[in-house]
Amino acid sequence: MTEKEPLADPRLAAFEEKIANDQRIEPKDWMPDAFRKTVLRQMSQHAHSEVIGMQPEGNWITRAPTLYRKIVLLAKIQDEGGHGLYLYSAAETLGTSREEMVQALHDGKAKYASIFNYPSLTWADIGMIGWLVDGAAIVNQVSLQRTSYGPYSRAMIRICKEESFHQRQGYEATMALAQGSAEQKAMAQDSLNRWWWPSMMMFGPHDSESAHSGQSMKWKLKRESNDVLRQRFVDQTVPQAEFIGLKIPDPDLKWNEERGSYDFGEIDWDEFMQVISGNGPCNRQRLQHSIRAQEDGQWVRDAMHAYEMKRQAREVA
Amino acid sequence: MDSQKEALLNYCIALGDDSLTLGHRLSEWCRNGPFLEEDLALTNVSLDFIGRARMLYSYAAEIEGRGRGEDDIAYLRDCREYRNYLINELPNGDFAFTMARQLMIDAFDVGFYEELKQSADEMLAAIAAKAIKESRYHLRRSEDWIKRLGDGTDESHERTQNAFDQLWGYAAEMFEMATDEQQLVDAGVAVDRSALKSDWTSTMHSVLKQATLDIPAEDWAIGGGREGNHTEHLGYLLTELQYLQRTYPGQLW
Amino acid sequence: MNQHSLPLFEVFIRSKRGLDHRHVGSLHAEDPAQALDYARDVYLRRSEGVSVWVVRSSDITASQESDMASFCDPMDDKPYRHATHFKLPKEVDNM
Repeated sequence: MTEKEPLADPRLAAFEEKIANDQRIEPKDWMPDAFRKTVLRQMSQHAHSEVIGMQPEGNWITRAPTLYRKIVLLAKIQDEGGHGLYLYSAAETLGTSREEMVQALHDGKAKYASIFNYPSLTWADIGMIGWLVDGAAIVNQVSLQRTSYGPYSRAMIRICKEESFHQRQGYEATMALAQGSAEQKAMAQDSLNRWWWPSMMMFGPHDSESAHSGQSMKWKLKRESNDVLRQRFVDQTVPQAEFIGLKIPDPDLKWNEERGSYDFGEIDWDEFMQVISGNGPCNRQRLQHSIRAQEDGQWVRDAMHAYEMKRQAREVA
Repeated sequence: MDSQKEALLNYCIALGDDSLTLGHRLSEWCRNGPFLEEDLALTNVSLDFIGRARMLYSYAAEIEGRGRGEDDIAYLRDCREYRNYLINELPNGDFAFTMARQLMIDAFDVGFYEELKQSADEMLAAIAAKAIKESRYHLRRSEDWIKRLGDGTDESHERTQNAFDQLWGYAAEMFEMATDEQQLVDAGVAVDRSALKSDWTSTMHSVLKQATLDIPAEDWAIGGGREGNHTEHLGYLLTELQYLQRTYPGQLW
Repeated sequence: MNQHSLPLFEVFIRSKRGLDHRHVGSLHAEDPAQALDYARDVYLRRSEGVSVWVVRSSDITASQESDMASFCDPMDDKPYRHATHFKLPKEVDNM
């Protein structure tokens, strides 16, 4: 005797048809619990990344070498905070609160992009983060504009509009160093040496090793695979490095005429695992900073609430 | 250089220094704000002040006509050549201290730039016309914050009262004319600072009262900014600000 | 410790070239006036709007997907509400 099949859920069929037709799933639509959980995880971790990302860049605000670089850096970091905000907003449409998401981050239950667990040691790192890290983020984000969850897709469209300024200002700042004095050029090269491989790691494990990828691709939350996106990043970035005379620290980097793409070396997956499991150079510092800012702000938020309660009481009286 | 031109040059640099030191302090809140929305808002205020500094320094460099630029003026002068009022260089302290200082500055700037808009110097008038729009918005923000913090919880009230008690004496020098400023006022270029005190005091008293805060005693005053006599804090501020330019002299960035 | 959270507001912006307010996202603030100020800092850094509305999220009533069948279908079966339903001779079809 064959196993009885579960009764087909018409809501599931409707959901899957929307996915198949590249339609958006909206907050009030029915969706499988697992989809809701996955979207929430993806959006909240993306939001956390933007906000944590303010830290390594913020590290050089007071030391920016010209007034122009200072205001450009401030505007850029402000955008990152804003992107975090758009993403928290999109995530809140699923019925969770920003408080809950931030608590999960502080409890170590939610992750964020591990690239931000590296320190910004020199001014050159600021340009490098804009050029490489935002460059990699853009490759990922352009793809995410077509993600299946409506609020996430709209947040990504808004983010992408603002993001290309980030990469351009980073490249411009790096170019100024690469075309500057011998010391500046050395600073830029040293920075590239430290940030190249972590930027490559931003695309995650090979698709074969990725736990969540399969399901995310099926639900069109993720539109392209890790390896495809990583290859795209390499192909767009190598000429940019060559243009300003900087050398990418990969001895296996080579143009492959047949593929029409660059071959590149293997990522150090041990380092990757160490950093994503909490043992990168700055993991503890980044988290403590976030916790401290939250705690330091508590009395301010309490004051706002107390004031509002008093104001409402006065209105009624 | 004739004495009026020199006075104008010094005036622009002094106003630029006020804006830059305060803008720099405000920029320190970026990624450290009490919550994300306020972090973005504070950064906008910081950008307004640094933008103001750039315009004033650029104009100063033009008046001087010796080929200096805004960055030479900002990054290559030591403390004793900086002419900002001391209140702008003080460390941020907590959010109450930052907003208390901001209220005192914003209430002053609204009065000051409203007058400077009518300067006989076209460039200063234009800079003032832009600045007044920003400062009106800044003042609304800082007024709202002081009311919330003063009339919020016991803790916020105490922090805010302490802040004003620590800051009050730094206001006095903003209403004093520098030695070369009077000739500029006579020429219709600069603003008579002493005439601004009465309105500033009214605004401050009104906001503090609404915030259930006590007006601090007027029995102390600390000044000297326009003469380059600063607090010990400016040295550290400039150390960070100027680090790269001093370590790698003469480079482009 | 009493952890109060700031209420959520939805933000709607009408751009310079737009005719309608569009929903752009949300933010947290204590009251509507503060929400309006923050909307400027969060959503208007690139001068994208001439008019901003903020509404407490809790004040928005939204239709439910499951209701749409009885909510909307009866509206769809009345084609006489649409101009295209009425065929006129070519000479007078410019109405």
